[in-house]
Amino acid sequence: MNELKLKILDLLKEDARLSPSVIATMLGADESEVSQAIAEMESDHVIVKYATVINWSKVDDEKVTALIEVECSPERGRGFESIAERIYLYPEVKSVYLMSGAYDLLVEIEGKNLKEVASFVSNKLATIESVISTKTFFILKKYKQDGIIFEDFEDDHRLPVSP
Amino acid sequence: MIKDEELTKTRTKRNGMKDYLSAGARAIPPSGIRRFFDLVSASKDGSIISLGVGEPDFVTPWRYRDAAVYSLEKGKTQYTSNAGMPELREAIGEYLHHQFRLDYDPASEILVTVGSSEAIDLAIRALIEPGDEMLVPEPCYISYNPITTLGGGVPVGVETYAEDGFKLKAENLKAAITPRSKLLILCYPSNPTGAIMTYEDWLPIAKVVEEHDLIVISDEIYAELTYSGKHVSFASLPGMRDRTIVVNGFSKAFAMTGWRLGYACGHPDLIGAMLKIHQYTVMCAPIMSQVAALEALKNGMEDMYRMVESYNQRRRLVVSGFREIGLDCHEPHGAFYAFPSIRSTGLSANEFAERLLKEAKVAAVPGHVFGKGGEGFIRCSYATSVAQLTEALERIGDFLNKL
Repeated sequence: MNELKLKILDLLKEDARLSPSVIATMLGADESEVSQAIAEMESDHVIVKYATVINWSKVDDEKVTALIEVECSPERGRGFESIAERIYLYPEVKSVYLMSGAYDLLVEIEGKNLKEVASFVSNKLATIESVISTKTFFILKKYKQDGIIFEDFEDDHRLPVSP
Repeated sequence: MIKDEELTKTRTKRNGMKDYLSAGARAIPPSGIRRFFDLVSASKDGSIISLGVGEPDFVTPWRYRDAAVYSLEKGKTQYTSNAGMPELREAIGEYLHHQFRLDYDPASEILVTVGSSEAIDLAIRALIEPGDEMLVPEPCYISYNPITTLGGGVPVGVETYAEDGFKLKAENLKAAITPRSKLLILCYPSNPTGAIMTYEDWLPIAKVVEEHDLIVISDEIYAELTYSGKHVSFASLPGMRDRTIVVNGFSKAFAMTGWRLGYACGHPDLIGAMLKIHQYTVMCAPIMSQVAALEALKNGMEDMYRMVESYNQRRRLVVSGFREIGLDCHEPHGAFYAFPSIRSTGLSANEFAERLLKEAKVAAVPGHVFGKGGEGFIRCSYATSVAQLTEALERIGDFLNKL
């Protein structure tokens, strides 16, 4: 990928609301070039979505998140693809990763409460034919997600004017 | 000869504590920045956006902090050798060689100091004698003149101009030289103007320095924050190495202002004299700061480059922003300050800054506090978030429209 696109991505991942004209100024590039690069990355699904990072623990709405280690037997010719697909199509599944090591898939599940997650695991996940075993770990607190720290920091300790 | 008796008499004549102060302490004026700081602090208005901050908006990268924390846990709480930890001096030597093609012997030519401020103080104290003149290109950082005055020296301002991008010109330097001229202090990239000097810009200056047998103190604290090409150290010019004391530090590029860690490099005779003063006054720089700095040089260059890139992006944003709202702004190629002209408003820098603070809730430092040639300009630090900068520019634009 060219350097301009990488630099644009660097800025957008920090602030998706930056306009092409501001990005162009910050990078010393042409606005039309920046717009075109963004359009290309959108159509290539390099940029998948402009979403908001939310600290749900600050929202009254209760949520429970669990990470589930799934051991499964791959299918001939398709490996883990179709099993992964069967899992990730459920809306309560937030992420699915193919892993190296002791298990095969790492699945992140979100539910309203413990019971809901547990029932998803036992009714939906564990019953998939090629799934051999599951281990469920509930997340107690999120400190950092996707490079963003959730703790509250005082923003600026600096003196307002200094030499 | 004054007899003891007479001396006692004159002493009793003193009628206020101020009369006990040394001539030097009395001669130096209070800092103009301090006055503005008081003004901003007094207003206690949370909605003020400050472009007056002369330090990075990044917290020291965790990697460096962690190294210092770890060393404290290990009980590294002692003095170090006066000149600084040998490993740190070695690392500084390698760093200067790699970044700026400077070669100094860590054993005799590098001195670790309490911030680059101490290095400047030491250099001036080691070199100045009563009546000596120190040439000071202005506008400049606010501490050079008072320290010179304290040592009995005479600061002689050399004006630089917006039309030249605030670069130092040989003819202006020459015009300020007298038989008493001894020192020249340089600060490029410049606080407050953001000006830099290229190799070609330096050549005629080096010639003047040679001709007039000057010693140069080169404050290169913003060296890494150079956005067009690579920083050229004055000491790297032919024949200038032994005439130059290079001053640098970790505050700006490595976001380590509060750690107070800098260093000076130069001819062993000069560094040796500075070391003498240093060992009598501060002994050594704090060990935890030295440990953090060593980590910064050994494993923290990527963190530094990331911050420099971020300043550069905000620099472009601010400069184009000022131009859009109708303020002349020369291209600042270094440091993290823009220095736009406010002459078109007809206001003095001080009036402009005070009204901007009151009416638009934006703090910027009026240029006149930085000496000759600063009147008619304001210093705006862009070491603050993109959101704050955008908001500040909008407010300044509205303020200009209402003038």
